[in-house]
Amino acid sequence: MIAHWPTALRTGGTRARRGARLLRETPMIPLAIIGVIVLGAIFAPFLAPYDPVKIDLTHALKPPFFQEGGSTAHLLGTDKLGRDVLSRLIYGGRISLVVAGAVIVVGGGIGTFLGLISGYSARRLDAVIQRGVEAVLSLPTIMVALVFVYVVGQSLLSVILVLSPFIAARFTRMVRGDVLRIREHNYVALARVAGASDARIIFRHILPNVASTIIVIATLEIGAIILVEASLSFLGVGVPAPTPAWGLMIADGREYLSTKYWMSLFPGLAIMATVLSINWIGDWLRDILDPKRQFV
Amino acid sequence: MARYVAGRVGQALVSLLVIATLVFFLVRLTGDPVRLLLPDFAPPEFIAHLRQTMGLDRPIWEQYLGFLGQLIRFDLGDSFNGQPVMDVLLDHLPATATLAVAALLVASLIAVPLGILSAVYKGSFVDTVARTIALLGQSVPSFWLAIILILVFGVALAWFPVAGRTGLSSYVLPAIAMGWAAVAGLVRITRSSMLEVMDSDYIRMARAKGLPTRIVYVKHGLRNAIIPVLTFAGLLVGAFMNGSVVVENVFAWPGIGKATLDAVKIRDFPVVQGAVILSALFYISINLVVDLLYAVVDPRIRYRR
Repeated sequence: MIAHWPTALRTGGTRARRGARLLRETPMIPLAIIGVIVLGAIFAPFLAPYDPVKIDLTHALKPPFFQEGGSTAHLLGTDKLGRDVLSRLIYGGRISLVVAGAVIVVGGGIGTFLGLISGYSARRLDAVIQRGVEAVLSLPTIMVALVFVYVVGQSLLSVILVLSPFIAARFTRMVRGDVLRIREHNYVALARVAGASDARIIFRHILPNVASTIIVIATLEIGAIILVEASLSFLGVGVPAPTPAWGLMIADGREYLSTKYWMSLFPGLAIMATVLSINWIGDWLRDILDPKRQFV
Repeated sequence: MARYVAGRVGQALVSLLVIATLVFFLVRLTGDPVRLLLPDFAPPEFIAHLRQTMGLDRPIWEQYLGFLGQLIRFDLGDSFNGQPVMDVLLDHLPATATLAVAALLVASLIAVPLGILSAVYKGSFVDTVARTIALLGQSVPSFWLAIILILVFGVALAWFPVAGRTGLSSYVLPAIAMGWAAVAGLVRITRSSMLEVMDSDYIRMARAKGLPTRIVYVKHGLRNAIIPVLTFAGLLVGAFMNGSVVVENVFAWPGIGKATLDAVKIRDFPVVQGAVILSALFYISINLVVDLLYAVVDPRIRYRR
C-alpha cells in the first residue's frame, strides 16, 4: 500500500525535507490556471478589453490575431454580433465560478448537515434521509434542470437552485459513510460518557474528522458543476443571453463552426482547462488528505 | 434471502414514489399550460373546455392521485397532441438505447484495456497516460467534444454523417461523444479492481506454479476483476440517459433526450414528466438488479444488519 502513496506522505527525512517533497508534488500548473481564471473573473471589468455584451456589427466575425484578417484589436476574434471573444471569455468565468461556488456552499452545506445527521442518528431517520438521497440521485440531472429552469424561468438563481439538491445528495452519501466509521471511535463514546450533547458530539468531535473528506468532494464536484452549468447554457436554459457564459458562447458559435471555429473553440478550451485543473487539484488533495480514497 | 429481496424491492418502490411525487409537483410549479397551447385571444370558454378535457381543472391532490394510479398501470398520460406519452417515449427509446449501448462499447474499448495496463504496469508511463486520459475524460464537456468531432470527422474529413440516425456509420460520432465522459470512471474502477485482485493469493499461486504472465492476468486476474467493472457499466446506462439530452441535441438524434428537449420547448408536460420518470425507473431498476445479483453471489450481503 505504502509504495504508491505520494512520496510526500512517506515518513522519514527531516521535517524540512518532507516539506520540500510536498512542495515538489504540488500541482503548480493547475493552481496557476485556476488562479488566472479566478483573478480574471474578479477583475473582469479592468482586464477585459471590451464590454462583453456590446454589439458592433461593423467588426463582426473577425478571426483571432494569429490568423489572416485578424488583428491585435480583438486578440481572439469577435462573434457574429461583433462582440469581443476574449472579453466574453473573461466575463464568462464569472458565471461558471459563481454557479459552482454557490452550489457548493448551498448544496454542500445542506448535504454535509444531512450526512452528519443521517450517519449519527437512529435507523429510522437515517432510512428516511437515505431514501430521499437515492431518489434524488436516480433523477437525470439535466432533464430535471431543463424542466425546472423552464418552469421557474431562466436565471442565475434557478440554475443554482436546481443543481444544489443533486450536490447535496452526493455530499450526504459521502459524509454519512465517514460518520458511520468515525462514530465507532472511542473518543466519541468517551465524549458521550462525559455527558456531551448529541449536537456537541456531531459538531465538535465528528465534523472536524470529516472535514478532509468534505474538502476533497467539494473540489471534485466543482468540476462536475461547471460542466453541467455549461451544458445547460449550451442547451439554452442556463443563464439567459446575452450574459456571457461559456456554454452559451459555444452554442452561439455552432452554426459558424466550419468557417469561424474560434467562437466555439476558445470557450470550450476555457471549460476544459478549468475543469481539468480543478479535477487535478482535487486528485492531489485526495492524495494528501485522504489516502484511502486516492486514485488507487 | 426472501427478506432481503422484499426489503430491497420495497426500497426501490419508495424511491420511485418519491420521484413521482417530486416530478409531479415540480412540473406544476409553472403557470397554466393551457395558456401556452392556445393563443392569447382564445375565447375563455375554449380555454375552460381544454382545461377540463386535460383534467387541469380538478383539485391538485385529485390530479396527483390520478397520476399515481395511472403510473401503476404504466400509463404516463397523453401528450398534449393526444398521443399517449408511453407511445411517444417508446418510439424514441430504440434510438437512445442503441446509442447508449454503442457509447458503452466505445467507453469499454478505450477504458478497460487502459485500466488493465495501468494496473499491470503501475507507476509506469502507461499508468501516467491512463491517469491523464481519465482526467481528460472528466473535464471535456460532451457537447463541445461533439461539435469538435463534427467539425473534424464530419465536415473536414467527411468520414461520418453528422446528423440523424441513418445507419451504422451514423452511430460513430455520437457514441464517442457520449462514451467519452464515461471513460474516466471506467478506467479508475478497472484499475483499482485489477490492482486489488492482483494482490490476492490465487494470483501469487498462479504465478508460482509458472503460468505465463498473460494467462495469469487475463484468466485469473481480469475474470475476477471484471465484476465491479460490469456493475459500474450497468449504472452508466443511467448516466447515458441523462447525457442523451445534450448529445442527441447536437447530432439531431431522434431519441428520448431530443424528444424531452423538444417537449420542454413547447411545455408538453406529460412527455417531459414521463421522460424523467422513465429514466429514473431505468436507473433504479438497474441498481436493484445489481444489488440482488450481488446478494445471490455473496451471502454476506444478505445477512448484513
